Amino acid sequence: MSTWYGVLEMNFHGILAIYKFEMARTWRTLMQSIASPVLSTSLYFIVFGTAIGSRMGDIDGVSYGAFIIPGLVMLSLLSESISNASFGIFFPKFSGTIYEVLSAPVSPFEIVSGYVGAAASKSVLLGLLILATARIFVDYTIVHPFWMLAFLLLTAITFSLFGFIIGIWADDFQKLQVIPLMVITPLTFLGGAFYSINMLPEPWQTLTLFNPVVYLISGFRWAFYGISDVNIMVSLGMTGLFLLICLATVWWIFRTGYRIKS
Amino acid sequence: MQPIIQVQDLSKTYDSGFTALHEVNLEIQRGEIFALLGPNGAGKTTLISIVCGIVNPTQGTVSADGHDIVTAYRAARSKIGLVPQELSTDAFESVWATVSFSRGLFGKAPDPGYIEQLLRQLSLWDKRDAKIRELSGGMKRRVMIAKALSHQPDILFLDEPTAGVDVELRRDMWEMVRELRERGVTIILTTHYIEEAEEMADRIGVINKGQLILVEEKDALMAKLGEKQLNIHLQSPLTELPTGLNGFRLELAEEGQLLIYSYDSQQLGGIASLLKSLNELGLEVKDLHSSESSLEDIFVNLVRGA
Repeated sequence: MSTWYGVLEMNFHGILAIYKFEMARTWRTLMQSIASPVLSTSLYFIVFGTAIGSRMGDIDGVSYGAFIIPGLVMLSLLSESISNASFGIFFPKFSGTIYEVLSAPVSPFEIVSGYVGAAASKSVLLGLLILATARIFVDYTIVHPFWMLAFLLLTAITFSLFGFIIGIWADDFQKLQVIPLMVITPLTFLGGAFYSINMLPEPWQTLTLFNPVVYLISGFRWAFYGISDVNIMVSLGMTGLFLLICLATVWWIFRTGYRIKS
Repeated sequence: MQPIIQVQDLSKTYDSGFTALHEVNLEIQRGEIFALLGPNGAGKTTLISIVCGIVNPTQGTVSADGHDIVTAYRAARSKIGLVPQELSTDAFESVWATVSFSRGLFGKAPDPGYIEQLLRQLSLWDKRDAKIRELSGGMKRRVMIAKALSHQPDILFLDEPTAGVDVELRRDMWEMVRELRERGVTIILTTHYIEEAEEMADRIGVINKGQLILVEEKDALMAKLGEKQLNIHLQSPLTELPTGLNGFRLELAEEGQLLIYSYDSQQLGGIASLLKSLNELGLEVKDLHSSESSLEDIFVNLVRGA
């Protein structure tokens, strides 16, 4: 009997192989994967933070330029987590190389760990780079650095899982783009990235609470400045709930073979 | 000895309602080369895909080296290497990276020495840093083989390995398959080409419309499959077959100017006897042309006879 497989043993070489393969794609496409989102987010900092922000008043005692940082980081984090993970699993399906993963002695958990782990790593790296870049344009503080990292990581993993699901679901390139562009970006813009939801009149303030991105941005902003639109525990709970929903969906996908196995 | 692959009552019906496999039973012996023959859509790829874990069976069980492919999939799959029919490769990866990836995926620790040996064996060493998209079709096929062998499997599935490859690569592959067998690897290959099965296989299975029609030793089967024809164009037409040719399976055609001699591949000596008899009868030969049954013809005959 070989030594690496068994009830409690995992195929760590398999996870690492997928992870390294996906990360190699990031380094190959550095301009597209890292430089481009950092540049586009920097433009937001310049336009909204420095140029327009200097003419706007503080929000909850935080300068406007600093106020929008968590929302902008979250905007990039969500879209990049989804696009990295969705493309990561969609492309092998599209090119046919998925046969190798399906025929390998890797469990669904190991497959997801490899793909989602790599996508989340890229997103976290990107988030930290954007934060470092923001420092050039705007002065900001991080009151709860541990929670800032925890939110960054939790959101990256959750939305990479969501992206993985989209990558399995999509059967063409258009579908791959629909959710990030048509759903996630509007939800982020309307989820308090550029304003506090307390600034909205009713019924919009109440309706906004149905937007899940509100809880992510609010929680993330709390980690920076100690202020939030909704209770931090509610933010954490909603993010955790979405994570569980994504995990359950991925479990169902592998159990049924939905769109990956005949 | 326990078979290395055991397929029992295996059926597969796709969501569309198409039944690709119907109650297939098959045993592959350790160390043999088994050729699975069948026309397009016969169920060859579905059978391989189920054994390798790519397609879920509708019913039945499969075990690889004693491990059930569903309940003990890790152990079963770690024994198997697959070279699929399609040239599905990671276009932007280097040869070295993609082969190393495959080894890791199958749970093996990195072994640069083995990968080097493998690439050298498959004449890929000089291309180790080349991107796969830069390679020719034949080279890509070699890369697929290297990936399948990267984790040193005991069982190798080759799905139409020589479809669309040139003569040189085909010969190289046959040589490689023989070498693998000598090292104890069990090889299951699917093919359209009788010649390929004849060249390499120990046993042959014939599948059609999802059913395994027969499984036999190659020598026995080739006698059935390998019917050939020799067309003999005569200088002068015959009105009927001379009695001196009664011992041969002959037909007269084209208004007596063509003699059609049917024989199987095990009876090559018959041609010499026939030509000698024609000479003794004073029948002059204008031209000779030999042909053999296509696989499709053979399948039609097999299905009719089933």
